Amino acid sequence: MLPAPPEFRPDDTIRSWGRIVRSRHRLARPVFRDQLSSLATNLRAEDPGLAVGLLRSYGDSNLNPDGRLIAMGGLDRILEFNRETGLFRAEAGLSLSQCLRVLVPAGWFLPTTPGSRFVTLGGAVANDVHGKNHHSAGSFGNSVIRIALRRTDGALMELKPDNPLFTATIGGLGLTGIIEWVEFQAKPITSSSLDAQDLPFSNVSDYFELAADHHARFEHTMAWIDCLSSGTSLGRGIFSGANWSKQGPLSVHDEAPRYAMPIEAPAGVLNPLTVRAYNQLRYSLKSTNRRPYQAHYGSFLYPLDGIAHWNRLYGRAGFFQYQCVIPAPSAKPATIDLLKRIVRSGEASFLAVLKDFGPIAPRGLLSFPTEGTTLALDFPNRGERTLRLLADLDAIVLSAGGRLYPAKDGRISAEMFQAGFPNWSRFKDLVDPGLSSALWRRVSVSSLPESTP
Amino acid sequence: MTSLPTRPRASKRVIILGALSAIAVATARLYAADGARLMLVGRGDMRLKDLAQDLLARGASLALTVDMDLEQGAKDAPRYLSTWREDLGGLDHVLLFYGALGDDLRAREDMAALQSLLSINFTSAACWCAASGSLLGSQNAGSLVAVSSVAGDRGRQSNFVYGAAKGGLALFVQGLAHALAPTGARAVALKPGFVDTPMTAHLPKSGPLWASPEAIAQSVRRAADHGGPIQYAPTIWRSIMLAIRLVPSGLFHKTKL
Repeated sequence: MLPAPPEFRPDDTIRSWGRIVRSRHRLARPVFRDQLSSLATNLRAEDPGLAVGLLRSYGDSNLNPDGRLIAMGGLDRILEFNRETGLFRAEAGLSLSQCLRVLVPAGWFLPTTPGSRFVTLGGAVANDVHGKNHHSAGSFGNSVIRIALRRTDGALMELKPDNPLFTATIGGLGLTGIIEWVEFQAKPITSSSLDAQDLPFSNVSDYFELAADHHARFEHTMAWIDCLSSGTSLGRGIFSGANWSKQGPLSVHDEAPRYAMPIEAPAGVLNPLTVRAYNQLRYSLKSTNRRPYQAHYGSFLYPLDGIAHWNRLYGRAGFFQYQCVIPAPSAKPATIDLLKRIVRSGEASFLAVLKDFGPIAPRGLLSFPTEGTTLALDFPNRGERTLRLLADLDAIVLSAGGRLYPAKDGRISAEMFQAGFPNWSRFKDLVDPGLSSALWRRVSVSSLPESTP
Repeated sequence: MTSLPTRPRASKRVIILGALSAIAVATARLYAADGARLMLVGRGDMRLKDLAQDLLARGASLALTVDMDLEQGAKDAPRYLSTWREDLGGLDHVLLFYGALGDDLRAREDMAALQSLLSINFTSAACWCAASGSLLGSQNAGSLVAVSSVAGDRGRQSNFVYGAAKGGLALFVQGLAHALAPTGARAVALKPGFVDTPMTAHLPKSGPLWASPEAIAQSVRRAADHGGPIQYAPTIWRSIMLAIRLVPSGLFHKTKL
């Protein structure tokens, strides 16, 4: 007697990482690849579904309220790992954290990684995730060799980079089919530690100088900014750069988080006062010490993974994440405008990160990265007030020719999305009709008049 | 209890019965990470081959598969086990994971279903345990861990067919442990509480008592290395089940447990 095949069952607990949308789904949890075809062919345009991973996207790109979801976490087998060449192939539900447990001891690393290792391979492809080494490695899709895609008509396709469906699937938000497995080229490392250095900058203009001077020196870079400081200190912060150490042990990260938020924080724990105090402390501590230091990849690349459920810090109302990219020519003035607007609002962003993307072009039709500067911010959800601020930021981004990261978004308009992703109409034709998401239904509305001659 | 020095983890040779169950997969991965040699027995050739590949990538030094219905194969358990021991070049642990929750209500009306559920969860499992006990006893080393359930601690209206089979299995293994005591080989019945697996996919999973297959896997590995013949996973279930056994039936019968 085998266990019954997975079915779609009601589930009220599904939340995206921002925890704003509370909705009901019907959820299926397959464990074996042979169970996917019947689940996939069950989906249709009238009652579409979406494959999801660890639900680390912040807004509504991973939600399908009142619809169906296929949780891919049970499909987490490694199908092939060549320790000599670094070729790695695994089912889409495998987390990057689990990949690293196998890669690192053998002297390999992910080609690039987002700031959390609790992301599945399927999610890394579907959002074409980027990391601190974007200027040297591009985004995740740049290292993908093959993808197996299950369409809801039952077809299983093996996609290579020359296939249009491959370019649609990279960064395709899971809408082109269910990703069954992913093959990528890992990157060799000689140590599991990085040689890092923190360099303070006293305002945002200094950031641009510092970034230009130091980009070539470091494989990994990012900057934390204090977005409550104003005037001549507008956008002061700490630039961090790092390179893999030349020698050292190949030790794997600790899997279990060191701390955990057991419950939702009471509303208002993160207010301008507490964030200002935190920022002041962080800036003064870091700005006095420029000495190079060594850090394990676990703490340098994944600082927040040390705190389980850190998103509960924002309380029951949840939070918005805002991440935009501004193309290089207008990056500096637009970033200054964005920071001024945020300072004026008095809204405290606890986490504010600035990073320059390099020239390596992404492969996906909807890939987010483009050469320029990306700014990522968290805002506690205070309803209308927060939405107004974000709409103002949208206007600045739009007029600078920038765009927003769909993985972080839960609210932008169809106009904003379509302006940011001009390939979206080509993408639309490759979407699997049996798949959909809350984000896709919102942004795929044809509200723009067809371009007139 | 005598205990011989155990082999270093890196070279452990382990037979896994019911290798495709969620707890078995999590346990096999723990052993694989230490470079173990594994014999994976379960149903579904492709699924087993996928699992073997996964375990090799995670560090197993050997991962062999046998596609077998363990209920059917039970009567030949001694022969199979000694063959597999040869294939692995020795034997340190036999871990038994297979079982079926079944439909308890139906099994009380349909005698064929009742027999089948008892056969899967008790009769056949007892055969594999007995044969493992003989083999491990004859080599004076090694251990058997059979996954039982807290459902076996008190008969309850909701699942006493499954509970009786799993409770019977625990008694069987406890007796086996007693019999093996002079040899240095060990036997353990491990009793997990609620575990979030495909077997329990139909149950609502709120509350702090639900454990992950990965957490139970740690308990399986610990039980394989040391400890008494009946172990609970997580250990809090020992106290919970003690309390449940102590409730007088007059009161217990008023509940819907």
